[in-house]
Amino acid sequence: MNDKYLPAIYTAFALGIAFLGWRIDNAYYLQLLIFIGLNTLLALSLNMLMGYAGQISLGHAAFYGIGAYVTAILTTTYQIPPVLALPAAVGAAMVIAWIVGMPTLRLSGYYLGMGTLGFGMIVHIVLREWSSVTGGASGLVGIPPLSVGPVEFASNKSYFFLVWAVVLAVIIFCRRIIDSRVGRALCAIHDGEKAAAAVGVNTRRLKLQVFVLSAGIAALAGFLYAHLVFFISPGSFGFMASIKIVTMVVIGGMASIWGALFGASLLTLLPEWLHAFSEFEMVVYGLVLMVVMIFMPRGLTRGVVDIYERYRKTHDRQ
Amino acid sequence: MNGTAKPMTGSDPILEIRDVNKAFGGVQALDRIGFNLENASITGLIGPNGAGKTTLFNVITGMLAPDTGDIRFAGRSIEKLEVHQRVALGIARTFQNVELFESMTVLDNILVGLFTRTRAGMIASMLRLPRTRKEETLARDQAMELLNFVGLQDYAHRKSGDLPFGWQRMLEVARAMAAQPRLLLLDEPAAGLNMAETGHLGELIKEIRSRGITILLVEHDMSLTMSISDHIVVLDQGGKIAEGPPRAVQADEAVMAAYLGKKATPTKD
Repeated sequence: MNDKYLPAIYTAFALGIAFLGWRIDNAYYLQLLIFIGLNTLLALSLNMLMGYAGQISLGHAAFYGIGAYVTAILTTTYQIPPVLALPAAVGAAMVIAWIVGMPTLRLSGYYLGMGTLGFGMIVHIVLREWSSVTGGASGLVGIPPLSVGPVEFASNKSYFFLVWAVVLAVIIFCRRIIDSRVGRALCAIHDGEKAAAAVGVNTRRLKLQVFVLSAGIAALAGFLYAHLVFFISPGSFGFMASIKIVTMVVIGGMASIWGALFGASLLTLLPEWLHAFSEFEMVVYGLVLMVVMIFMPRGLTRGVVDIYERYRKTHDRQ
Repeated sequence: MNGTAKPMTGSDPILEIRDVNKAFGGVQALDRIGFNLENASITGLIGPNGAGKTTLFNVITGMLAPDTGDIRFAGRSIEKLEVHQRVALGIARTFQNVELFESMTVLDNILVGLFTRTRAGMIASMLRLPRTRKEETLARDQAMELLNFVGLQDYAHRKSGDLPFGWQRMLEVARAMAAQPRLLLLDEPAAGLNMAETGHLGELIKEIRSRGITILLVEHDMSLTMSISDHIVVLDQGGKIAEGPPRAVQADEAVMAAYLGKKATPTKD
């Protein structure tokens, strides 16, 4: 589609990250940007599954949690360096996704929503109740900062660069998958599962693959989260967290890589901006989401394009 | 009424349907259906609405499992194969109500059709390995060739859902052809087409046969079916009531009765 512009877009994106990192020294803003990056990863992860393949997951925070908890347990209880905990965290989430996905992805529509919702709840309860391993409701403390060899990502600035470098890499990988044989088949499953099977797509296997991939990306975000905040508790990975990821995808725009970025940005920034409304914060928050969905039912990305085109049309007429 | 297939003369059949039964609740949708498809031939499958034609298509492609009976493709039983495995083996189809991937471009629809003939997996695509790029280029060339074949080459980058209906049908045929089938099942390909388009479709189907592909055609347009088919099979209420060359079938009394809504004895209805 806009294939030939992609290298330019990636370069601009990388320059944008470099510029922000260079200009911003305020710890609060850096922290905010880091959270936008983590949420972008989560939105990208779910977007691959929901936006492209059309399979809903209402329990995606579970994989985020698995990523965070596996690295937290390995680096605190077992004193394993974070770099080695990374493959374990991502791998564990992928294996669990594979096992859970086998029976669950046979479902579709509301039923798949229910299935994944149940899975999310189970993981949340395990994190909360398996105190001897997970620290129970009070969570795990003392997670060490991330370091790769001599490089330590302890400062906000270095972590900002790390997270956004990962975001860019994941964007590029996702985009490549979407523009490939596998990505086209995923979109085909979304458009019509029966027809996709009739042209030879092994729909069950492909759905499972994208579910596993999606879980892996979410776990990667969880890993980065754990080594950012040094303290995790089950509350961050419950039902509301899953819903927030779904909201980011829907608000940003389904089946759009940049939509994930917009959705994550809006949903991270909105609560910060709305502090001014104090006790009405959540009311205004909900209102903003409603207004976006009413006027841009296909999400921010498409919505902006639609508005631009409407503007151009009325302009051309004059 | 004989359900079992009798061996046809000539070369080995590409598809053998033997004693296939399928019931939905109390309705016998397919009743001991049996016939063969000869290699590189066009067989017209006709019958009134509800005769079981689409059910038979679904059974052949693996979307429905028959209650009993056997289906052999190129001499091999395909009973246990799933839909996508049968496509890989060489059985492709189109749908009565055109099932395109509507949000995708015309070209991408064909590229999905090439799924069984390409290999790149998720990791290879992520890394864009040299062989993945090569395969992608090759696939695009093949897809464009197929679009040329059905005359849609100028619309490759249009959204397929935006095409006029007649072109959508052509695209669906091209997409099925992308799987490089040996057997192509067309479910009412002329429905909704005008006369010129129907004529073009007839030529296209004959052209496909000349490439050595066997065609099973369900079609209500009798002039099209009778003019291009080598062989006709007639179904009525789940059973096979006649089979033979177009001329013989047209003269068959049972067929006339079924079509005119009469039972075996002609009474006005």
